[in-house]
Amino acid sequence: MQWIQLLISGIAQGCIYGLIALGFVLIYKATETVNFAQGDLMMLGAFVAFVCMASFNMPFWLATVLAVVALLGFAMLLERVVIRPILGQPQFSIVMVTFGIGYVLRGLITMVPAIGTETHVLAVPYKDQVIRMGDLVMNMAQLVVIGATAVLCAGLFVMFRYSKLGIAMQASSQNQLAAYYMGIPVKRLNGLVWGLAAAVAAIAGILLAPITFVHANMGLIGLKAFPAAVVGGFGSLPGAIVGGLVIGVVESFSGFYLPDGFKDIAPYIVVLIMLMVKPYGLFGEKLRKKV
Amino acid sequence: MRFIFKTSYEQDIRLAKHGGHVFWYGLLLLFMVVAPWLLDEYWLSQLSFMLIYGIVGLGLMLLAGYTGQFSIGHAAFLGTGAYTQAVLVNAGTPFWLALLAAAALSALVGVIVAMPALRLKGIYLGIATMAFGFIVEEVFARWESVTKGNAGLSVNSPTLFGWDLSSGNGFYFVCLVVAVLCTLGILNLLRSATGRAFVAIRDSEISAQCMGIHLARYKTLSFAVSAALAGLGGALYAHKLSFISPDQFGILQSIDLLMLIVIGGLGSVHGAFLGAAFLIAMPQLINLSKAWLPEAIGQAPGLQSLVFGIILIGFVLFEPLGLYGRWLKIRTYLQLFPFYRKGMFKRQKSFSKSDRLK
Repeated sequence: MQWIQLLISGIAQGCIYGLIALGFVLIYKATETVNFAQGDLMMLGAFVAFVCMASFNMPFWLATVLAVVALLGFAMLLERVVIRPILGQPQFSIVMVTFGIGYVLRGLITMVPAIGTETHVLAVPYKDQVIRMGDLVMNMAQLVVIGATAVLCAGLFVMFRYSKLGIAMQASSQNQLAAYYMGIPVKRLNGLVWGLAAAVAAIAGILLAPITFVHANMGLIGLKAFPAAVVGGFGSLPGAIVGGLVIGVVESFSGFYLPDGFKDIAPYIVVLIMLMVKPYGLFGEKLRKKV
Repeated sequence: MRFIFKTSYEQDIRLAKHGGHVFWYGLLLLFMVVAPWLLDEYWLSQLSFMLIYGIVGLGLMLLAGYTGQFSIGHAAFLGTGAYTQAVLVNAGTPFWLALLAAAALSALVGVIVAMPALRLKGIYLGIATMAFGFIVEEVFARWESVTKGNAGLSVNSPTLFGWDLSSGNGFYFVCLVVAVLCTLGILNLLRSATGRAFVAIRDSEISAQCMGIHLARYKTLSFAVSAALAGLGGALYAHKLSFISPDQFGILQSIDLLMLIVIGGLGSVHGAFLGAAFLIAMPQLINLSKAWLPEAIGQAPGLQSLVFGIILIGFVLFEPLGLYGRWLKIRTYLQLFPFYRKGMFKRQKSFSKSDRLK
């Protein structure tokens, strides 16, 4: 039964990685930018929710909605002010800008007096609840993570498949110039995609909060979502979730069966092997330039 | 305004283009040599740090600025050099031999990293090097019989042919000599056929390949040289700090190094040293400004990270050529004085090109 337990905790952790990776992939597909600040956006989302709940005594669901909306707006503003002027510049510059955004967010949060430097507990309603099923002991937080990820994925699927907005996003991510010609407001869509990615990050942050804690450096977990994105294929939305699950499960099992220390680097070993064997990931499309 | 009429290829690749170069760089070198008698201990120590970061930055500049292969795990090479130096010197190896070994071992690690990295481009390469950086950091932390793990390893003070280099002056001169040799080496490499091959790879891999450049060989060479320089820098860094632990060679250090070359100016040798000077001077300036700021902002712990982030974003947005680019603009303005036109350095707006099809 041990392995089922490990599997569940791995899947729960993997869902978090998958949600962060989803943010990378959304942004990468739409604007070919890699957002290294995704983890810090997640941290910001968790902090907004925490402040709403702790300082303004809001109920959990209201705080969640507020955090998601706040991050959506913030990321759209960010895209307009910082990212849009340098689109079309070498990718390296944009990567450096997102590193800069990460620094700024971490700095800003730590500067908030009496909140920024501490470690907080987000008082979610399902905290410390445990479900027993025979020998299995499951933490409610983990189940909520898995369930919320499934619901979110279904929502995104429906959006991309059936709504006009989602189809326009797909079109602009496949060929921006052609999308312009078809009258799709590509620039506005790019902003929306950034907002969407940040909203997903906020949800990931709130889901992660009961498992770890809310603190300024929790965004560094975002660096573990890169392996997830690569394993799934950097340009594939379902791939991000699958990659996240793979990474989460590998991490969980290597933490139990392998010697101490492998837990932290297992995702990176997996990603190196993946890059050597199949650089485009499990679901990645391989594009070739036709001459 | 100075006109140089070039009549031969030799003239085009000469290191000092005209007498002015010889004069100003000679003056700079003279200042660096007499600096120990002009500056006090503290500033000299900062100057040594700057030279060390300059050496490491030079390596990363070759890789990222000239060959176009960006590495988010460069601190791993720095750490390899530092630990090699520390272990060898503590075991009684002569300082200079350990220095060479540190460079050689780092270069070897660079070649090993380059092998899987050859197939990767752009962001995939970045993630691969980042993964490598994390793995190496963990190795430093776990290989306790050699590195003493998270407890850290203290480094014996260096001696060179019987001289004790632990005082500021002696060590400063070692840093200066290594930095000057590295700079000359990189400058000479860049004006050779190899250096132009690097630049060709940066600008377009496909056209470089069409010109007969063996991509794999040159990329590996670039990784090796870059790692060797980082290793040299790391070896000196270990002595400068005299105590090393794995967390000094983590992802944040790697990002700092990237920040160094971006702020200094990508694709310029000057940029490596300007960026290093910036990285050393900035925390000092922030500390000085704390007195002027209101208490709530000045004493907040996140101030430095915030300022660094804003400066980084500002440079990429408004001055993508970095500090060196700013200097070029000032110099051009002064040279052309009444005739400087606005927008001489204006960037071309390029339509968003797809990297996925490269």
